[in-house]
Amino acid sequence: MPTWLDREVEKAVVRLLLNGEEVEFLAPVHKTLLEVLREDLGLTGTKHGCELGECGTCTVLIDGRPQLSCLVLPLQVEGRPVTTIEGMAAGASDHPLQAAFAELGAAQCGYCTPGMLLVAKSLLEANPRPSRAEIQEALAGNLCRCTGYAKILEAVELAASRMVAT
Amino acid sequence: MTVPDRTGSVGRSYPRLDGSAKVRGQAVYADDIALPRMLHCKILRAQAPHARILSIDASAARRLPGVVAIITGRDLPIRFGILPVSQDEAALEEHKVRYVGDPVAAVAAVDEETAAAACEAIEVEYELLTPVMTIEEALKEATDEPIQESFSRRRDNIHRLVSYEFGDLEAGFAAADHVREDVFFFQGNTHLPMEQHSAIASHVDGRLTLWSSTQVVHYVHRALSRVLELPMNRIRVIGAVHGGGFGGKTDPFAHEIVVGKLAMLTGRPVKCTLTREEVFYAHRGRHPTLLWYRTGVTRDGRITAMHLRTALDGGAYGSYGAASVFYTGTLQTVTYDIPAYKFEGVRVYTNKAPCGPKRGHGTPQGRFGIELHLEKIAHELGLDPVEVKRRNFVKPFSRTVNWLRVTSCGLEECTAKVLEASGYAQRERRTGHGMGFAISAYMSGAGTAIYWNDMPHSEVQVKVDRTGATVYCGAMDIGQGSDMVLAQIAAEELGIEPRDVRLVTADTDLTPVDLGSYSSRVTFMAGNAALEAARKMRALLVEAVADRMGVADLEEIDVGGGRIGEFSFEEACVIATTRFGALSTTGSYKPPRIGGPFKGSGVGPSPAYSYSAAVVDVEADPRTGIVTVGKVWIAHDIGRSINPLLVVGQVEGGVYMGLGEALMEEQEYRKGLHKWPSMLEYKSPTFLDTPPIETFLVETIDPEGPYGAKEAGQGPLLPVIPAVNAAVFDALGVWVDETPITPEKVLRALDAKAKGKPPRHGPRSFPAVPYGEPIRVDPPARDDLRVGAELEAAFGQTPGAH
Amino acid sequence: MLRLPRLRYLRPASAQEAATVAEDLGTRAMLVAGGTDLFPNLKRRQFDPEILIQVPSLPGIVKEAGGFSLGATVTLAQAAADPGLQVFLPGFAEAAGLVSSPPLRNAGTLGGNLCVDTRCNYYNQSHEWRKSIGFCLKKDGEICLVAPGSPRCWAVSSSDTAPVALVLGATVELTGPEGSRMIPASALYRDDGMEYLAKEPYEVLSAIQLPAEPGVRTAYVKLRRRGSIDFPIAGAAVALKLDGDIVVSCRIALSAVASHPLEVPGAGEFLAGKRLDQEAITAAAELAAKPAKPLDNTDLTHFWRKKMVRVVVEQALAAAAARSA
Ligand SMILES: Cc1cc2nc3c(=O)[nH]c(=O)nc-3n(C[C@H](O)[C@H](O)[C@H](O)COP(=O)(O)OP(=O)(O)OC[C@H]3O[C@@H](n4cnc5c(N)ncnc54)[C@H](O)[C@@H]3O)c2cc1C
Ligand code: SF4
Ligand code: FES
Ligand code: FES
Repeated sequence: MPTWLDREVEKAVVRLLLNGEEVEFLAPVHKTLLEVLREDLGLTGTKHGCELGECGTCTVLIDGRPQLSCLVLPLQVEGRPVTTIEGMAAGASDHPLQAAFAELGAAQCGYCTPGMLLVAKSLLEANPRPSRAEIQEALAGNLCRCTGYAKILEAVELAASRMVAT
Repeated sequence: MTVPDRTGSVGRSYPRLDGSAKVRGQAVYADDIALPRMLHCKILRAQAPHARILSIDASAARRLPGVVAIITGRDLPIRFGILPVSQDEAALEEHKVRYVGDPVAAVAAVDEETAAAACEAIEVEYELLTPVMTIEEALKEATDEPIQESFSRRRDNIHRLVSYEFGDLEAGFAAADHVREDVFFFQGNTHLPMEQHSAIASHVDGRLTLWSSTQVVHYVHRALSRVLELPMNRIRVIGAVHGGGFGGKTDPFAHEIVVGKLAMLTGRPVKCTLTREEVFYAHRGRHPTLLWYRTGVTRDGRITAMHLRTALDGGAYGSYGAASVFYTGTLQTVTYDIPAYKFEGVRVYTNKAPCGPKRGHGTPQGRFGIELHLEKIAHELGLDPVEVKRRNFVKPFSRTVNWLRVTSCGLEECTAKVLEASGYAQRERRTGHGMGFAISAYMSGAGTAIYWNDMPHSEVQVKVDRTGATVYCGAMDIGQGSDMVLAQIAAEELGIEPRDVRLVTADTDLTPVDLGSYSSRVTFMAGNAALEAARKMRALLVEAVADRMGVADLEEIDVGGGRIGEFSFEEACVIATTRFGALSTTGSYKPPRIGGPFKGSGVGPSPAYSYSAAVVDVEADPRTGIVTVGKVWIAHDIGRSINPLLVVGQVEGGVYMGLGEALMEEQEYRKGLHKWPSMLEYKSPTFLDTPPIETFLVETIDPEGPYGAKEAGQGPLLPVIPAVNAAVFDALGVWVDETPITPEKVLRALDAKAKGKPPRHGPRSFPAVPYGEPIRVDPPARDDLRVGAELEAAFGQTPGAH
Repeated sequence: MLRLPRLRYLRPASAQEAATVAEDLGTRAMLVAGGTDLFPNLKRRQFDPEILIQVPSLPGIVKEAGGFSLGATVTLAQAAADPGLQVFLPGFAEAAGLVSSPPLRNAGTLGGNLCVDTRCNYYNQSHEWRKSIGFCLKKDGEICLVAPGSPRCWAVSSSDTAPVALVLGATVELTGPEGSRMIPASALYRDDGMEYLAKEPYEVLSAIQLPAEPGVRTAYVKLRRRGSIDFPIAGAAVALKLDGDIVVSCRIALSAVASHPLEVPGAGEFLAGKRLDQEAITAAAELAAKPAKPLDNTDLTHFWRKKMVRVVVEQALAAAAARSA
């Protein structure tokens, strides 16, 4: 019998600034941000491929920077702004990165896409005119098995050029 | 055949239909589904590679608060498997386990944590048997008992043996000026879809509904019906949005059956999502394969005869393996003209996760071998390998020695494109830099269904009513964009925009049967079915509109730009419904019989083959052995590119996956276990490991494909792998005759060269296999293109039919 | 979904408070900083604490006379991007920037990187996997599966920043319930795959002092299979002081070839007073590689890794020499 099962579950009320909204929820403290987003808050746009920090699929933005939600406790990011894929579009209009990804076929199965998009968003905010090498470096923690990354690279470049132009 | 210039949607790049949902996190994948009162399922898996189960004690687990149900093999005794000849799997094994990861028991509990704890609390007593971990061991008599004791009827672990001789091999070799033998090893690897498999079942009103991340709702439907003993009309299988398959989600899986059973037992919805480690155990990936080639050529490099032996490590279960073994040998002939060909193959069982179809299914191994073998022959003869390969290219519209029918074939065009773009002939020649060239072919759907029947492989319905048009098809979009292709075909015929076509796919209650997304068959087969259904609908609309307009000649009614005659499409729908009542048309596609008059001729024929050629540029460091790919040029004969954006996406993805296999991916075992079932240690190339890819699409307009289209999902992976090895030879003058090319292997080859031994690293010998007497088949007349009834009628008079 | 075991989570206000609580709780508790090493390990049940104690946020990067003081909770991303470190100690910034992948570096801390658990591919596996193969010494078992005859564990020190800290002669601040003490970074490690840290388990590594001596050139070269995500399978850190092209002093340390970051003093001493030409670099690299004894418990083979140690040392020496002082 696993020893950890006998332990009491400690729960905590957590407040997050999630996609610009204040949310408050009660959850076991050992549930990761990934689990809470998907299972308690209904934000299933955040995907997962390993839950061990090895694939980048679960990436969200914390304080505007990409972090792996499978390796974060909600209490560790309390009070800090968290952005998930659901918070990327401004209402009905896509973020230019979302538009470019859809347009160029940078999302095939789409499973890696939320993580890719959020990393790209934080990249373009810090560096509006990234070189190809900088884009590749920034996205190097996010695996994709469908696209060979080619269309993802093009889409980030396209979005960057459109964002700089406006 | 004349092909009208398309003015509609076919041939244009449209982004995927669900692109917006995917970039906004709105697409609902199987694991995203949560139903009220849902239970969570975990599967207890075998912890020994080969063992008899003596007892299973779940009493402590049952007492855990939150555990709702526990099932074992006794609850699901009916065996299943994707091929009728290999019904060798159980959803939960009752008496014996055959690899670490084999499912043994399943728990449904209020949450995943409790279910996992309960699995840990189940006590299983095993009697250990000797594990069989290599091809060589599997060929020998089993120490205690064969892995599949009741399926092999043998004392060894041989699963399948095939042996064929097409044409006169002896005469072929006698005519050769030069004969060469080579041995190669292709390591196993896995699909590694980013999405872990997931299924959720609900049993309401005596009907079971299953959402799953599957490539083939129909096969899951069949397996559920068989094992759960429910009529198919009580089961509905829905393909959830798919997070990547590459062949890895084409079998029915234990977890899909288990959640069905648990939902029936508990009266509550049950979900099971595999962990990444479990995905490695579900596997069905590339078979590790040994290959031995013996080929005779003339002085100028023309093939006179070829003898190929393959040995496949199948893992613990059959899966698609009985077909995989054929695929290692059958498609060599659709690229190179081989006048006499002997092919012997064996698939063995080992105590590893079962192998099956991964992108290219069985053919990457054979392709790897033949391309490198021909390179070596060319070098030995002092000829240019590209030239030697070219001299042997098959001719379009011809029949191969093993009776495969080649129709459109863009090998020459593809070759010319990549040679020119890469500057192959003028490449920089210096130690450490090289380029490699290779070609390949792949099927646009298998010519025969995996379970024998005479029904269509694809069925499509088109419905039109006062609200517009809807297309229904059982095919599953697994990310390749097949939904868009179906929408484009319907839109083309109905003269509207693809986004105005509603699409209902992969739902066994709503959509007619399609054999699913594998074997590169959707665009070709479902596309042809959609084309037929849409054309019939178009005819009805045109007829009604002509009638209303008082026009007698239907040819005068223009269809396109959202209009039919002088009416808008919507108005035409109203007019036609008024005229005919409810409007629904159907289309279906069944490939013609192509295979020759011999047993086993069903594997390999396809209504059309796609062709690819690639050049790979590498830097190979003689000091470290590290190989870095600088660029890949690839040309793909797609027949017709219905949607260039999607085709290029498939090509780039295939090249990427090929590079992974060539350089780093491997499914390795140690002490009876998968050595590294994780995304960290199973190396999948990152953004930084992936070179630029330049893609060229060649259109040969196939007579049988929809608008002339052929496949793109698998073929482009194939040439990449041997091209990398050829490039390493070009760079360093040594051969790595196996995959993946790790730096150590390069150094070992260089070391051998330095010591004056053959400059290679790779397998030294091929084991003795009791292949038995071959089935001898006389070749067809090479210009005989007959198919179907015509061909069958001719069998009686054909000399090939023994 | 792989999940964490049930845990309680404490957030003490200071390093000292954290150490006090940690001492009280003993083996029931573990310290956590970014969690990028600990959480995967907990999900695989490599440890079994009931309570996690958060290392509280500590001061950032401060340029001081003679070097830098870095709070242990400075993230790897912050260290990699710090302009001061990039100018004065590029080898350190480089090492931090080569750890795993970009999103991971936004969470992983320097303190965690220096204290990162040793690795072995018989050990960094799920509980079920380890149970199937038979548990090993490092957790729940009796023997080492890599070297069955050996009484000890050979798990590999896999920190990228630790060897750089060593060659810089860094000092780490350890905070206990009674206050802090300073020890050389080299004294933090033990050559033991299990008890790899020489500090008390409850002591919080609170700061790292990196001396930035004028004229010292630093570099770190990391070998791994892919361009990102992967741990080092061999790595070399160099701190080099030159007078013209004559070596005044040189320190070299290796990652991922032993159970501790392995300083190879012989190679540096050999170079002192010599002209740093290719011949000297080759000879020094040869010396540096001698003590490296990779075993078959990481990615790729130990045969190849052993060969590559020389290569990474050469590359690191050349890179350091090419840097402006
Ligand atoms: C996929 C993957 C790849 C990785 N690749 C690399 C790599 O390439 N190179 C590399 O070096 N590391 C790598 N890591 C390991 C890890 O992410 C980093 O070492 C990181 O810096 C650890 O920092 P952390 O703050 O997350 O540590 P934590 O996980 O919080 O802690 C790690 C250990 O240190 C202890 N600890 C942490 N902070 C303190 C402190 N202040 N005082 C005392 N004890 C402390 C913890 O108790 C724990 O035992 C990788 C991890 C993953 C999951
Ligand atoms: S080195 Fe030996 S004892 Fe240490 S983790 Fe690996 S197998 Fe276990
Ligand atoms: S799911 Fe978080 S990194 Fe893979
Ligand atoms: S689009 Fe499928 S994994 Fe990236």
